[in-house]
Amino acid sequence: MQSPAVPDKHGKFGPYGGQFVPETLMPALEELIQAYDEARNDPAFMGELEHLLKTYVGRPSPLTHAKRLSEKLGGAQIYLKREDLNHSGAHKINNALGQALLAQRMGKKRIVAETGAGQHGVGTATACALLGLECVVYMGEVDIARQQPNVFRMKLLGAEVRPVASGSKTLKDAINEAIRDWVTNVETTHYLLGSVLGPHPYPMMVRDFQSVIGVEAREQVLAVCGRLPDTLIACVGGGSNAIGLFHAFRDDEEVAMIGVEAGGEGIASGKHAARFADLSISRLGVLHGTKSFVMQTPDGQIMETHSISAGLDYPSVGPEHALLRDQERAGYTYATDAEALAAFQELSQTEGIIPALESAHAVAEALKQAPKMRSDQIIVVNLSGRGDKDLDTVIRMLGIGE
Amino acid sequence: MSLKNGRIHIQRAFQKASKTQSAALMPYFTLGYPDPETSLAVIEAIAPYSDLLELGVPFSDPLADGPTIQRSTQIALENGTTTAVCLDIVRQLRERGVETPIMLMGYYNPVLAYGQAKYVQDAAAAGVDGFIIPDLPPEEAGELEAQAAQAGLAFIHFLAPTSSLDRIANVTNRASGFIYLVSLTGVTGARPTLSGAEATAVQSDLAAFIARVREKAAVPLAVGFGISSPEQAASVGKLADGVIVGSALINAVNQSGDKPAAAAQFVQSLQRALLQ
Repeated sequence: MQSPAVPDKHGKFGPYGGQFVPETLMPALEELIQAYDEARNDPAFMGELEHLLKTYVGRPSPLTHAKRLSEKLGGAQIYLKREDLNHSGAHKINNALGQALLAQRMGKKRIVAETGAGQHGVGTATACALLGLECVVYMGEVDIARQQPNVFRMKLLGAEVRPVASGSKTLKDAINEAIRDWVTNVETTHYLLGSVLGPHPYPMMVRDFQSVIGVEAREQVLAVCGRLPDTLIACVGGGSNAIGLFHAFRDDEEVAMIGVEAGGEGIASGKHAARFADLSISRLGVLHGTKSFVMQTPDGQIMETHSISAGLDYPSVGPEHALLRDQERAGYTYATDAEALAAFQELSQTEGIIPALESAHAVAEALKQAPKMRSDQIIVVNLSGRGDKDLDTVIRMLGIGE
Repeated sequence: MSLKNGRIHIQRAFQKASKTQSAALMPYFTLGYPDPETSLAVIEAIAPYSDLLELGVPFSDPLADGPTIQRSTQIALENGTTTAVCLDIVRQLRERGVETPIMLMGYYNPVLAYGQAKYVQDAAAAGVDGFIIPDLPPEEAGELEAQAAQAGLAFIHFLAPTSSLDRIANVTNRASGFIYLVSLTGVTGARPTLSGAEATAVQSDLAAFIARVREKAAVPLAVGFGISSPEQAASVGKLADGVIVGSALINAVNQSGDKPAAAAQFVQSLQRALLQ
């Protein structure tokens, strides 16, 4: 794992990031910073994590050449980084295992987590079952309704799923409740945050645990193609799978990076979660302990967002993405619900891979980029999760139930 | 009112309270709850029995608050309470002759949206004496703290039972007005009165925490979170210089049609419990 140039020791990514939490949590963050710093420099800890990633998660995840899709689009060669093939079905397990091992090392026997689509909840419940830790997952009632299979999976794995009925009843409210639980039980409990969000050290630590995605992808693409890719594409909710893919390529200036936000029903509709696309309602703000772009009213109240994909339905975005955007190191765009749904079907039918609706946003961007590129150019798409959990939603949207 | 020094105003309120009470009484109420007009009437009604007031600016995602205050802020927002409306309520309180020191409590995002410097200026002009921002720990507070100091207002720091001696030393060095001690690890909200051995243990933990801070602090120490009844206020009042009661006041208001009268009655009962 690389030693990070950002954030600084206060957790700042340029003007973004930081630690905006109640005093009660500050000592817990200090403890976490120290414990993480010791763990990542401890070969025994890193060795155990690597061993589990290999023998339990199934890493390295393959890099699949989407040959038929590439041919059909008639442009760049599309490669898929197959995080959907990880045990538990998404990239989330990389971070969940890392933090669960860290919690165990810190002597914390109880884990709380939030989940939107349920992938992080499942990843966390899986890691807790493996390591024998108590697990409580907060999930908005709206998300519980649209991600039933994952709710059942978490329960089967022995986690307690606590429905959240406040606010928009989605990911943002689940994070509020998880933080309230943490502040109450801070001495026994670790908050296993699932994305590159929240107060320092979370955006850095989650990035580090996810950076295995890009480290592998870089080696794999070099091995297969003999050169670096031209473009990386990943969906961005909080942004952990995107940072995970991008991080190892940060210094490869010739590699373009594109983050894809949830365009929902279109930017003009106001029903979306495209924090970087709609700067009339998305401004510098503080949510859940970190400073970044936040979708908010003129009075600073957090707005409810919309996406077909529960995992992208969040009003803020990881602080490092805000910095990468300022630096023009990464570009950000969006895919609408309809585009994601079309990409979901396209990938299923041309490659036999059913992607998560989150990942389908990245695929949708690849469908736009590839035809504009030459056939000797390379796109790597992070296929961050598999789509089984989304079948109900998709069947309803497409009316193919009968 | 804009020329007065908020820090001195706060200091005097603690001094005055100490002559007749074991601790100063600082009720919390949500500005704009259930609507701006009623909240103005409630605050005006409790002011005569209060030594200081903590008034909350509603935020959609109040992560340090329990269900009672969450619900109150949500209703206040639904009824059109903005930061500007909150400042206007404070201004009206001052116009009506309420002289009690006012702490403006609010989460950081609405402050940023309003504009930090403008927030401090407008609050000072409206008659605010100090700021309480639960998600702005010392690490992030520098700029706002300096702006408040320049306007003569207090920036209230928190300490929690989990705060290390280093953190306590840092906060006691920087403190203005008073220090807000969180009585327990958790969110705001009324809690049942403990009895027997459990009550003794909680009381002795709190006493030890207060003693750790008192050793270094030059400003009064006010304790809040979970103080629900006159009995609890009295027992915390024996240890601290100030007692903050929020959710229990909102619960009392919720149970009555005549909200100002119910609020006044409850706050009066708290004040009586603190009389020596």
